[in-house]
Amino acid sequence: MNRIAEQYLRQETLPMIFCPGCGDGTVLGAFLRAVDEMKISDQLALVGGIGCSGWMPVYVNADAIHTLHGRAIPVGIGLKVTRPERKVVVFTGDGDAIGIGGNHFIHAARRNVDLTVVMINNSIYGMTGGQMAPTTPSGATTQTSPYGNPEQPFDACRLAEAAGATYVARWTAGHPRQLVKAFKEAIDHPGFAFIEVVTQCPVQAGRYIKGGMDAPEFLADIRKSVVPVAQAERMTPEELAGKTRIGLLHRSQRPELTQQLAAIRGGEKR
Amino acid sequence: MSEDGRTVRIIQGNEATVEGAIAAGCRFFAGYPITPASEIAELMSRRLPRVGGTFLQMEDEIASINAVIGATWGGAKACTASSGPGISLMQEGVGYAAETETPCVIINVMRGGPSTGQPTLSSQQDVYQARYGGHGDFEIIALAPSSAQEAYDLTIKAFNLAEEFRVPVYVLSDEIVGHTRERVVMGGKLEVLERVAPSKDGYKPFAAGPDGLLRGMPAFNDGYRLLVEGQHHDERGIRAGDDIDKSATLVQRLNDKVRQNIDRIVDIERIDLDDAEVAIVCYGSTARPAMEAVQTARSKGIKAGALRLRAIWPFPDAVLSELADHTKTLIVPEMNIGKLVLEVQRTAGGRATVVGLPRLGGALHTPEEIESAIIDAVKGGKAQ
Ligand SMILES: Cc1ncc(C[n+]2csc(CCOP(=O)(O)OP(=O)(O)O)c2C)c(N)n1
Ligand SMILES: [Mg+2]
Repeated sequence: MNRIAEQYLRQETLPMIFCPGCGDGTVLGAFLRAVDEMKISDQLALVGGIGCSGWMPVYVNADAIHTLHGRAIPVGIGLKVTRPERKVVVFTGDGDAIGIGGNHFIHAARRNVDLTVVMINNSIYGMTGGQMAPTTPSGATTQTSPYGNPEQPFDACRLAEAAGATYVARWTAGHPRQLVKAFKEAIDHPGFAFIEVVTQCPVQAGRYIKGGMDAPEFLADIRKSVVPVAQAERMTPEELAGKTRIGLLHRSQRPELTQQLAAIRGGEKR
Repeated sequence: MSEDGRTVRIIQGNEATVEGAIAAGCRFFAGYPITPASEIAELMSRRLPRVGGTFLQMEDEIASINAVIGATWGGAKACTASSGPGISLMQEGVGYAAETETPCVIINVMRGGPSTGQPTLSSQQDVYQARYGGHGDFEIIALAPSSAQEAYDLTIKAFNLAEEFRVPVYVLSDEIVGHTRERVVMGGKLEVLERVAPSKDGYKPFAAGPDGLLRGMPAFNDGYRLLVEGQHHDERGIRAGDDIDKSATLVQRLNDKVRQNIDRIVDIERIDLDDAEVAIVCYGSTARPAMEAVQTARSKGIKAGALRLRAIWPFPDAVLSELADHTKTLIVPEMNIGKLVLEVQRTAGGRATVVGLPRLGGALHTPEEIESAIIDAVKGGKAQ
């Protein structure tokens, strides 16, 4: 076991529930490297939703709470406002964040509350066995879209930005170094920071959506489908069709919730 | 303010609830407006920032209860308030609080249901929801104030019990208690249970003492490295959902810690029960006409009395059982289809006649209505 794993994993909770080839381990590894570089494990308050992705906090040797399906963000808000110095990081799935928890997601972004929300987009409900998610592509077959998904997926990053998030980035499980940087930026960012990580899920999405792709094939497929933002700017709409932009998609500043609350408490706003 | 630090004000029950919560140390409130509970959120938004606390209006009641859970682990005493539809939305969160032994207070200013039902009128229809509203086997505590003064006193008590038992505690107020303006004595020497940080030495956050209760309440970022888990878990908080023994042990304890310590929770008022042949068993706002009915009956020489429950859950089986041994008839007036009367029947076990006096529609029983039930019972008793 390497030093980071030894230092930052909560050994009693191992082994992890993730399937072989799952992208969640890569994301967790990148997160721990960011924590190590920032030396913030004492200030962390980790919050997990329900789903494979929601398990990540459980494996980290820091204060952590494994909440209900879709409700990680409001729990994170309660933690944040009661002690704004703490660094609250929410780990959530695509179904958790923008399906069942969608209302909390947009309102947390609107409030610009200083949370870091990491959403694992595996385009499926992984934990429950491969049903369609609000991120499942149109036409894709899953356990609940046997004739092809008749609906259209959300772009979670556009949703976050439109709702008021002030840091929005998208990376994939094939970009661990960029993820470390993004985690550091997002945690330091004074406002609602959102990172979407597109991951391979060979066991569910690989089987049902991707016609049986294994993990390396799945990851290669993800890499082919993404374009860095800078490059996307030089591409025509035709060239961009079916491509997903990755990188830092949005960064801005506006009043942050806990600071506004402090001003009310301090009397400046009363 | 008087010399002993007490103040007397004429306020609504809802305002008394807010003052009670703040006196008990509540420093976080998350809620969503709903009649007849909205005044609680409104007053919290004014009061909390002035005492260093935080008020949040959330996007819904699901967010509210979950923010309360986060705030509690964040180190604050916290509560939310709502009514019918909002309390229904909170149920999954209440179960989570029970499973994770998160102390918190839920104020339900009851209105008529089901559905949007009767926003502006009172009911006691949600007494079973408080007890059985969430999925799974767990116990909660529920207190039922009958006046604005009790809304104050019992809210303080609710926070204390939440801390002592590490459970969600309901204050089952209702529209009548919530909106009636009355004299309330506040402040002075209050009994408030302060949160104690557990020792870190060999600390297991979910290891209970011999009475089944957890000791103290830790907070995040105080060096405990806590793991709070909504699945069944062991004493360290680590998932044990697939371990049959550990799962059974946890669920048993979540129930036993309330049931077996019921003596620390029972809160009743006995009125003229010593020689009573007929007793009114009442709680919440229906206790108001019930008390008047008992007085009138007594003035007419009828041996009537009342047992008023201030804590309705856990149900005080032993008290009711004993009452059934000494009383011929128990009358249970309720503003619902007849709910707690079933508990009274169960505990009376046929040793006393139990008469339900259910009332739907949103109007309180009149004292005359209850008095005539008393007279009927006495006549019936003589005929037997
Ligand atoms: C209220 C509720 N509804 C349904 C479930 C069952 N459930 C558990 S995880 C999950 C889906 C998780 O999908 P996602 O959020 O995409 O996470 P993933 O497992 O893919 O990482 C569902 C529906 C639940 N636990 N709670
Ligand atoms: Mg998913």
